[in-house]
Amino acid sequence: MQLRQLRVRTRRNQQEADVTAAGRVALDSARRATETGAPVDAQPSVPPAAECIDLCRTYRVKGAKRGEPAKEIVALDNVSLEIARGELFGVLGPNGAGKTTLIKILSTLLLPTSGRAMVNGYDVATDERRIRPDISLVSGGETSGYGLLTVEENLWMFARFYGLESKDAKRRIGELMELVGIADRRGSKISDLSTGLRQKMNFVRGFVSDPKLVFLDEPTLGLDVGAARDVRAFVKEWIGARDDRTILLTTHYMAEADELCDRLAIIDHGSLQAVDSPEALKRELRRDVVFTLTVEPLGHRPTRGEMLEAVPGVRSLTVTNRNGFTELQLILSADEALPAVLAHLSERGSNLISLQKREPTLEDVFIDLVGRGLDVDTSHRGQDDDG
Amino acid sequence: MTASHAPDAVVERAVSVTTRPRASVMTEPAAKLDGARLFWVTMWARAYPRMVGAYRERSWMVFDTILPLLGVAAYVFVYRAIDAPQDYIGFVIVGGAMTAFWLNVLWGMASQLYWDKDAGNLELYIASPGPLMAILLGMAVGGLVMTGTRATAIIVLGSWLFDVNYSAGSLVLLVVTFAATMAALYGMGMLFASVFLAAGREAWHLSNMLQEPVYLASGFYFPVKALGVAVATFVSVIPLTLGLDAMRQLLFTDDPNLGFLPVATELAIITVLAAVFLVAAYYMLDRLEQRGRRNGRLTERRR
Repeated sequence: MQLRQLRVRTRRNQQEADVTAAGRVALDSARRATETGAPVDAQPSVPPAAECIDLCRTYRVKGAKRGEPAKEIVALDNVSLEIARGELFGVLGPNGAGKTTLIKILSTLLLPTSGRAMVNGYDVATDERRIRPDISLVSGGETSGYGLLTVEENLWMFARFYGLESKDAKRRIGELMELVGIADRRGSKISDLSTGLRQKMNFVRGFVSDPKLVFLDEPTLGLDVGAARDVRAFVKEWIGARDDRTILLTTHYMAEADELCDRLAIIDHGSLQAVDSPEALKRELRRDVVFTLTVEPLGHRPTRGEMLEAVPGVRSLTVTNRNGFTELQLILSADEALPAVLAHLSERGSNLISLQKREPTLEDVFIDLVGRGLDVDTSHRGQDDDG
Repeated sequence: MTASHAPDAVVERAVSVTTRPRASVMTEPAAKLDGARLFWVTMWARAYPRMVGAYRERSWMVFDTILPLLGVAAYVFVYRAIDAPQDYIGFVIVGGAMTAFWLNVLWGMASQLYWDKDAGNLELYIASPGPLMAILLGMAVGGLVMTGTRATAIIVLGSWLFDVNYSAGSLVLLVVTFAATMAALYGMGMLFASVFLAAGREAWHLSNMLQEPVYLASGFYFPVKALGVAVATFVSVIPLTLGLDAMRQLLFTDDPNLGFLPVATELAIITVLAAVFLVAAYYMLDRLEQRGRRNGRLTERRR
């Protein structure tokens, strides 16, 4: 019953988010009309940086055993969204949620099964040659390039694929290497680079061609704290430097999404759960109350009726077992629900160690929408569960 | 910043930009080539790693020159033992040099797109505006330059060691024949690149499967005429067969009866083969890209 309510609420959130996005476009249009005195319909329409309309993508995966029929896995399920020019748009979701599929479709590497996807007003299915000069793709953990070449030579090669003049390419490479802090590795072979340095090199590759739209697919994956911070700082500076630049960033690091993104789409099982600014998403959750409880380890595994989620007022719960205690992240519909929660814990023989009421984070928003934490891998859902 | 289009947060970010001076790369638009010039620079950019790589790993002097010469030497001593004409020694040396091109086409062209897919380069190639055909052509040009150096080393060293004399009848015709043979051979390699990519993990086996039979069918170590008219005609679809035969006829004029077909005929066939392979490679590549975008397997390393 509660799950049903959550799903209904999720759909309502999505509708509200869609209305928010659509309303923003309408508002912009009206604002322009007011400024120029022209009727709204007469405005020259600048296409959004990227747009998806009822986008679906399925994969056919051969059966594991001989004779076993092929399975269809739904990677994207009716995704509709619009990314404005100048926006740093994030897509947040667990592994297997469909983030990379979305990026591959928008970067012309993959065709939609149904629906449409457009970049700068061009259809990815038919106008890929018009799209490619203005886009670029950087993925986390990327191992592209040739080990025999130096960092600068690899970057020069990729810059030439975008039609940059040799001299200009070298100048831009030099400046970008300086900016991301790898100027001293210009002459190193890429096979000698650490993961962090290699990813910084990938960043230079992605940005050297002066793209209008950059797809960053988990760009800080596997990076240490310092390197990830450098990368984020670079991203912020790059997009702030000119108004015709757009970034679509996928990540499963909540803090990264919160820090960088103007707007966020939360995606799970290929479906869009919500689209809005991080602040607005958190604001939505402020109607509820969020607690972190530290308790003594929970004892026996309860039956379904005895579970903490069944306590009236508990909207969602994640349980993390730590060394000698258990941490509960609780979203309650009101403060009044707390005594019942504490009583329930007491009945299960688990005493309270500490209790903290706090502001909702993006992680809470995610749990509230999706029903679980971000670290759950759903990439094999087609085979393992009912999705 | 087109504030009217951007969400509020974008506007806020735009006004809170960093105060330190920006590098010009952050603000300056880049001038980009397109059309035929983009094709040209893409081709040379992709050729670059091969041309440079040839001189970065000096071990090639042993693996690609000395080792093939050992294989060649075995045939040289067989021919000497049976008192074969001295031209046969030259045949073997030229054949040995040409094996370098065949190996490069198999392992450096046909299998390369598959390896590029595995390394994550292929998706960057596809997503870039540089035409895939230019990238493939760049691999061919780079491979040709790199292997040309090795083949020359084999010929020079082999000719010196085994005292081979050449009597080039027409140097121009020899160069034209070599160029046409290379165009056909690398055109076939470009076609194979798409075929092998479609074959996926089997690419390795395909390369292995084709290596030795072509040594035999192309007559690397003997005149292809020895295979008989029917077999020699059948294997003439491999550009090296007729190319090697024509070059041998031009380089060793003492015994003209060793040639399979007249040089002019062989050159005409090789030219047709080159055109067919290059056009087929273009269409195959385009088809493969579209198919890969549909089924999602072209850029998916896990699937």
